[in-house]
Amino acid sequence: MDIEVIVKQVLEELTKVEKSKTNSINASKEKVEEVIRKVVFNKEKAVGVDNPADEEMIEKVQKITPARIGIGHTGTRMKTRDYLDFRIDHAAAQDAVFKGVSEEFLKELQLPVLQSKSSSMDEYLMNLNSGRKLDEASRKWAEEHLPKNKQVQIIVSDGLSSSGIEANISDLLPALIQGLKVRNISIGDPVFIKRSRVWIQDEIAKIVNCDVVISLIGERPGLATSKSISAYLIYRPNQDTVEADRTVISNIHEGGVPPVEAGAFLADLLADVLKAKTSGVKFAQMK
Amino acid sequence: MYTCTVKNERFQFQSIREILAKASEEKSGDKMARIAAQSYLERMAAKVVLSELTLKEIFENPVIPYEQDEVTRIIYDDINQYIYKEISHWSVGELRDYILSHKTNTSDLFRISKGLTSEMISGVSKLMSSIDLVMASQKIRPIAHCNTTIGEAGRLAFRCQPNHPIDNPEGILASLKEGLSYGSGDAVIGVNPNNDSVESVSKILHMTHDFMQKWEIPTQNCVLAHITTQMQALRKGAPIALMFQSLAGTQAANNDFGISKEILDEAFEMMAKYGTSTGPNQLYFETGQGSEVSLDAHLGVDMQTLEARTYGYARHWKPFMVNNVSGFIGPETIYDGKQVIRADLEDLFMGKLHGLPMGIAPTYTNHMQADQNDQEIAGMLTALAGANFYMGVPGGDDVMLSYQDTSYHDDASLREMLGLRPLREFELWLEKMGIMENGRLTERAGDLSIFK
Repeated sequence: MDIEVIVKQVLEELTKVEKSKTNSINASKEKVEEVIRKVVFNKEKAVGVDNPADEEMIEKVQKITPARIGIGHTGTRMKTRDYLDFRIDHAAAQDAVFKGVSEEFLKELQLPVLQSKSSSMDEYLMNLNSGRKLDEASRKWAEEHLPKNKQVQIIVSDGLSSSGIEANISDLLPALIQGLKVRNISIGDPVFIKRSRVWIQDEIAKIVNCDVVISLIGERPGLATSKSISAYLIYRPNQDTVEADRTVISNIHEGGVPPVEAGAFLADLLADVLKAKTSGVKFAQMK
Repeated sequence: MYTCTVKNERFQFQSIREILAKASEEKSGDKMARIAAQSYLERMAAKVVLSELTLKEIFENPVIPYEQDEVTRIIYDDINQYIYKEISHWSVGELRDYILSHKTNTSDLFRISKGLTSEMISGVSKLMSSIDLVMASQKIRPIAHCNTTIGEAGRLAFRCQPNHPIDNPEGILASLKEGLSYGSGDAVIGVNPNNDSVESVSKILHMTHDFMQKWEIPTQNCVLAHITTQMQALRKGAPIALMFQSLAGTQAANNDFGISKEILDEAFEMMAKYGTSTGPNQLYFETGQGSEVSLDAHLGVDMQTLEARTYGYARHWKPFMVNNVSGFIGPETIYDGKQVIRADLEDLFMGKLHGLPMGIAPTYTNHMQADQNDQEIAGMLTALAGANFYMGVPGGDDVMLSYQDTSYHDDASLREMLGLRPLREFELWLEKMGIMENGRLTERAGDLSIFK
């Protein structure tokens, strides 16, 4: 929204306020009209430099980098709008980490909900190991209820972005499952694991004895997007597994690899990994 | 074994390593490593024992043995034995009182610095409060020279950090111009590359070098790839004024970083021979509390002591700048704003007492309990304490590394609020460009389009 439109709207609102005041004085029995100020904050790039030497040049370079440039200043500080814009992006990133996936979303997802050993958000963030193992009850449940000996096991993990899970999984998961079914690849029951990190997939893989385990997990949010997720997959992890054995596809979100496309792509990738019987660097080198 | 009774409660410590760890102010990384004090009173008991230890006791008990660790060897081999012996009978408490005394001046501190091991410097800072650390830091002004002179009293420098998510050269140039127009870039024009290949790194080196030539900017360029990549680029003739590397406080962590004394020695010699800058200080190091814990290479030593050891290692190569980025890893090492602010003050003081030209990046990631307000407080406090430089990131948002750091606006603000000037040579250039007048930004400042 450009400044002129905002100013115009504000002036209109003010006139309304004035009118409603006059009305109430003139007709005291009439109900006072409630004034609603609608404020919408739209993220838009604009040249904020006062009297620039070359405005066109600034507009041009603003298009080739997401960096916050050409924003101008008041004194030595950022102008109000840019300051708020920065704080809004940070707030969204914080919410993505700290809010947790909502109960309603988990209900809609209709997946079994398991728990890591992290009993609180603080523990999860400060003790990395606590998010890498299932708690006792979840482990038992998984051992008793999850189908065994399938080719692929899917895990959804909140990781560091619940917003990323809520924004992408409803599109990604069906696309991925559909893609695997078309290829006649057998799939175990997908699970959601609360407050979990990537390495928890090793424990799940061992319990269900699958060939490949894939985690769809929320990425650490940046200011540019708080809604990105990654897919980590590994072929038959064991005690000698190292990080280089995992294959990673990152940047899955509307502005990166869109979730539906990612689902189809991951189904292809899983088929290739099953055929190659290996993942990670070794898999990459075979191509 | 050491015991200490405080308020009728008796505490027991097995080693100096344990005393140092438990005397540390609360940080999540030490808790994750299970070496932190278990109670507030235990922390105080450890501080009391620490205050009574003599420098000799600490000297004779390095937290990681000399035979086992290259960092320990560098620290001990560089100690001036004569100066160490003069002060070896002091307790750590006496060392603190000496540092803070009105009778002790800057050159006294530079002198004892040569006789102090990193564990002594870490130890004494565990007995110091925020104001103690600021008062002491203000006294120590290490100066270094590459193309510009950094560290002089009354001056504050900035690294212009014009990163782009995919190294788009036009995008990097645009952010560079923006930074310069706010007076940021006198410490270095330093780009973090997305692509670590020799060709790509060389390209950015050439581009920044050519830009500096064209506009006659008195500063230095640097691309923060792995040091071995920069060395290869240098061999192929890329113009480098300042060479970068991240360091840690144990040999195990440095192995993970892919560096060693041999590599750093070679880099140092190569820069003297083939670097574009005047020197003699031609290296740029980055450090930060927590890297050893996150690599599981801490060997039971606390984050702050390991950070001090990193400085003891770094000073061997006489760097032009050492940048501390303690908030960069996340809540598992530094949990919140309070812990970042404390770490920044400790690191600035410890680096300075090692004789290093220190800068601070009061950073935070989005999964920490810290925000812009904490960052700005840490920035103001460390500027007051006499940090040599900060980073300059467009709008405080690094779009390549996905974290927040001081903005071009913050850079200009820190100078203005404390009456500090840019580095001498760079200030003259800013005046010539019409960006600064009498130490203040002009109407023309903040407009990248002045660089056509």
